[in-house]
Amino acid sequence: MSEDIYKEIILDHYKNPHNFGKLQNPDFKASDTNPLCGDHVEIQVKLNNGRVSDVKFIGRGCAISQASASLLTDLIIGKSIEELQKFDKEQLLEAMGNPDLGPVRIKCALLSLKTLKLGLYSYLSKNNG
Amino acid sequence: MQSSIVDAETIRNDFPIFKIKFNGKSLAYLDNAATSQKPKQVINALVEFYEMYNSNIHRGVYSISEKATEAYENSREATAKFIGCQDPSQVIFTRNTTESINLVAYTWGSKNIRKGSKIVLTMLEHHSNMVPWQELAREKGAEIQYVGIMEDGTLDMASFDEKVRDADLFAFTHVSNVLGTINDAKNLISRAHKEGAIVLLDGAQSAPHMPVNVSELDCDFFAFSAHKMLGPTGVGILYGRRKLLEEMPPFIMGGDMISEVHIEGAKWNELPWKFEGGTSNIADVIAFREAIMYLERIGMNNVRVHEENLTKYALDRLDRVKGVKIYGPRDTSVRGGVIPFVMENVHPHDVAAILDGEAVAVRSGNHCAQPLHESFDLDATTRASFYIYNTEEDVDRLVKGLEKVRRLMVK
Repeated sequence: MSEDIYKEIILDHYKNPHNFGKLQNPDFKASDTNPLCGDHVEIQVKLNNGRVSDVKFIGRGCAISQASASLLTDLIIGKSIEELQKFDKEQLLEAMGNPDLGPVRIKCALLSLKTLKLGLYSYLSKNNG
Repeated sequence: MQSSIVDAETIRNDFPIFKIKFNGKSLAYLDNAATSQKPKQVINALVEFYEMYNSNIHRGVYSISEKATEAYENSREATAKFIGCQDPSQVIFTRNTTESINLVAYTWGSKNIRKGSKIVLTMLEHHSNMVPWQELAREKGAEIQYVGIMEDGTLDMASFDEKVRDADLFAFTHVSNVLGTINDAKNLISRAHKEGAIVLLDGAQSAPHMPVNVSELDCDFFAFSAHKMLGPTGVGILYGRRKLLEEMPPFIMGGDMISEVHIEGAKWNELPWKFEGGTSNIADVIAFREAIMYLERIGMNNVRVHEENLTKYALDRLDRVKGVKIYGPRDTSVRGGVIPFVMENVHPHDVAAILDGEAVAVRSGNHCAQPLHESFDLDATTRASFYIYNTEEDVDRLVKGLEKVRRLMVK
């Protein structure tokens, strides 16, 4: 672990996060915390015809966790529910420039995706049940 | 203002880790509150034991076992002397400070703490001097009171006066692992004794860094760890008042802690072996003696002066880094070599990760003191902590690293 993990794209999204804020009536939302850094992320998603029409996040914590959330929101706009289900960590890490994160900091990077999936699966179980 | 008391440059030659390059740079190791580095004398003692006289202790009647037993007990004697205890049988080897405190909680505590008993702790405590007592109190229906702290991280003496009244146990840290606060232990112990309390002093951050004399302090229990004072990991120490230790039941049951075992039951061994059930951490205890001898050659007063000088220098340098806020006492006569800080708008883990790229090792997080961080409304801090081998150059590298953090992370 070194400063090499602080790639340009991570620093950009950390300093100027995209889609930061709250939605009026999200179709689903979820929040989660990473106890190591105390990172916190809440993601809110609005759907239209089965696709993500809007997404916002709020959070605080280390640069890796917050940049990852910002990047994730950019990546999932316009995606179908099926595409969201298939969206995996490799896609997110690739978008972050595949930083060389150790086993500890990788949890910071994946907090946003974990939070999104929490919200998605709870939405799906409610709407299929 | 290089301290002339301790020649840190010469000392560094005894530590193999400082010869290694990380990203082409030697290590500026500033996480000594977590654990210290080890000199070759300690490492060699480990190798020598395993290569020359590896054997179990206390039972073998062959020569290498006798030699191992003697070396193990010599280490106990050196440890007792180091903390000003006349009688080595009052020194018990455990795995770490946490186990030493748990030993007291599970044996003295389970016998003496009951419903309505009052346990007094302080807001400065490490989780290891908090959680065992919380569990004991929950189990027995005892109450816990916390002595508050002032804005500068020193104990709130008005709060102490109020909370300590009629305490049954007062357990507190000698030096805070987060803020560096050095408590006036002798005074606090004497006042707690007047209330009839038994006093446990957590010396994890004091024994490595300053002269400690348990007879003068007059504490009932004193707990510390070898690995924070140049020794190997896996060795904790518990000193206890003889009468209390004798009355306490054993902690770990098994071999070595008994004198006789029959089908109907067992008779406990005498002190200190009553509390050392099972095969001990023989090699590490033996090597710990080398760490003590190393520190005694330097002199604990000199260790303290070196660290105080370095702390003064670091406080002054860090104060001038834009956006850095330092916590803890400003008066270095009541502050050990521990400096927690935050950099405005940068998470402490990012600070530590970027410093790591410069081979500057600092800790970030809540340093096992979450309630203390909450009292300052902080999630986490970055912490630099010093030892005998640290130099002003290490501090300069920290400062330079922080300037880089700012350039990289702040808008």
